[in-house]
Amino acid sequence: MTHLDISQVSIEFPTPKGTFKALDGVNLKIAKGEFVSLIGHSGCGKSTVLNIVAGLYDATEGGVLLDGKEVRGPGPERAVVFQNHSLLPWLTSYQNVELAVKQVFKGKKTKKEMHDWIMHNLELVHMIHAADKRPAEISGGMKQRVGIARALAMEPSVLLMDEPFGALDALTRAHLQDSLMEIQRDLNNTVIMITHDVDEAVLLSDRIVMMTNGPAATVGEILTVDLERPRDRLALADDPKYVDYRAQVLTFLYEKQRKIEPISKPAAGTKTLGQKLAANG
Amino acid sequence: MPPCDLGEWVMSAIVLSMKSFGLQKLSEFRIKNLLMPLLGIMVFLFVWQVGAERIDTSLGKFPGPVAVYEQWQSLLSDHQREREKEVSFYQRQDERNADRLAKDPNYVVKIREYTGKPTFFDQIFTSLYTVLAGFGLATLIAIPLGILVGLNSMVYSALNPVIQIFKPVSPLAWLPLVTMVVSASYVSADPMFSKSFLTSMFTVTMCCMWPTLINTAVGVASIEQDLLNVSKVLRLNWFTHVMKIVIPSAMPMMFTGLRLSLGIAWMVLIAAEMLAQNPGLGKFVWDEFQNGSSDSLGRIMLAVLMIGFIGFLLDRVMLFAQRYFSWDKTQILR
Repeated sequence: MTHLDISQVSIEFPTPKGTFKALDGVNLKIAKGEFVSLIGHSGCGKSTVLNIVAGLYDATEGGVLLDGKEVRGPGPERAVVFQNHSLLPWLTSYQNVELAVKQVFKGKKTKKEMHDWIMHNLELVHMIHAADKRPAEISGGMKQRVGIARALAMEPSVLLMDEPFGALDALTRAHLQDSLMEIQRDLNNTVIMITHDVDEAVLLSDRIVMMTNGPAATVGEILTVDLERPRDRLALADDPKYVDYRAQVLTFLYEKQRKIEPISKPAAGTKTLGQKLAANG
Repeated sequence: MPPCDLGEWVMSAIVLSMKSFGLQKLSEFRIKNLLMPLLGIMVFLFVWQVGAERIDTSLGKFPGPVAVYEQWQSLLSDHQREREKEVSFYQRQDERNADRLAKDPNYVVKIREYTGKPTFFDQIFTSLYTVLAGFGLATLIAIPLGILVGLNSMVYSALNPVIQIFKPVSPLAWLPLVTMVVSASYVSADPMFSKSFLTSMFTVTMCCMWPTLINTAVGVASIEQDLLNVSKVLRLNWFTHVMKIVIPSAMPMMFTGLRLSLGIAWMVLIAAEMLAQNPGLGKFVWDEFQNGSSDSLGRIMLAVLMIGFIGFLLDRVMLFAQRYFSWDKTQILR
């Protein structure tokens, strides 16, 4: 059953040189509990798709249906984890989550229940120890965790993540990816995540949506990742299916949707770049 | 390595001379933050003294540091004498009233206020509460208005020309108008405030609200888009949005504005008091100027120093308030 339906979405932005069509006819149906990644070159409109689903932008044509209802404006049922954590710097981790919880569960939970719910969500991302610290006092990875806790605490129907780990170092990123898989296993959220990282996309997703280059970007190919969960990044590294998925995404990105024009055309008979990269592991 | 600029040269000269006196332990920090300011003040006093001796006016020589210090002492003893007089006035009044009550139990006691002339220190106090009242009123107007202007670019476009035109207006231009309006509209048999106080206060308000207004508006208008998106996703209502996101985010800019405003308020006040005859430091300077005795210039110079010193203290108070309210404790504020 379709939970979230992105239907024929196009968007145009006015510029001094006339209208700029960023997206053209984007179609995507997402089932409940599905983890979908959007991948594509920078500037291809991935974030724009996410912002339309979040309600921060309005589509020029087409629309987004959530459980059969059209999305109008932003709302906590479509919580967003922003790339730069966007925690309020004057509030502690606890207060940042509290702001969201108070807003969403006003009149539905008692004070005690709200407190427990805030602590529960901080616990999920392993941030209890820094509940009373302000964003400036904790590391980038920790801030992103609190950002995720804030989004989860809204009990969203769809969790939207805009390159959530893009600004983190490789080790922290791997750690947070594992945490996210754990949370996803327990809560079975519907997630749309934007990423640049091919490994991240294959490791986390049920489906990978590959977008063509802009202007007028749209969905290029959709790859279903049929790997058993829970997934273990070390075991998967040598899994032929994993390697193949990875190669397919790379082929799409670096051959079919090559961003920079090639200096010389590859000679016939040579391996494609995707195959080479896949062979190198 | 040879010292390459004047600062380093002075520093090494001091360190060397210190060493020759056996004072190696004085750290660079102490020298920079204690010794150098003291040195600066000493040089200033010296230049002042030497310069003052060479300036002759119709009221005698220009007052040097010593003459000003003498005036300080004389004003201090004036103040003490006046306080003693006041105390004895009330004492006599109490005794007289007690006496009358003893003779006639039905006597209704009348307490009369002491009406001695305000001393220099009373005038400082008057100036302080006038400036704080004017600045407070300006803040009450400028911050809410600044938030509205910053939140809405339409309101900004509408108000911007008005703000830009009134911002550079001198207090002396406002004063006659304010005086006339206050005289016409504040008519009361038993006034709570004197007209001179209200005139000075409103003039201060008119002149000092602009930096707070503009800085608040800019602070509000430049909130990070990410934080605005958070507010939208949470569907915060207008009031919560302003209280939880807008005000904390604009707080640093607001305080920058408030500090500028308080500085302007204090400067404007002295001019306003001179013309409005509000019994504060401005009136003190004006009265001494009209008085024209041999002490006058020394007293005016003392008032100048006092005005500067109080202005400095007011700025420090704002700085501490800014540090207290600032959420970013790592930010260096000076």
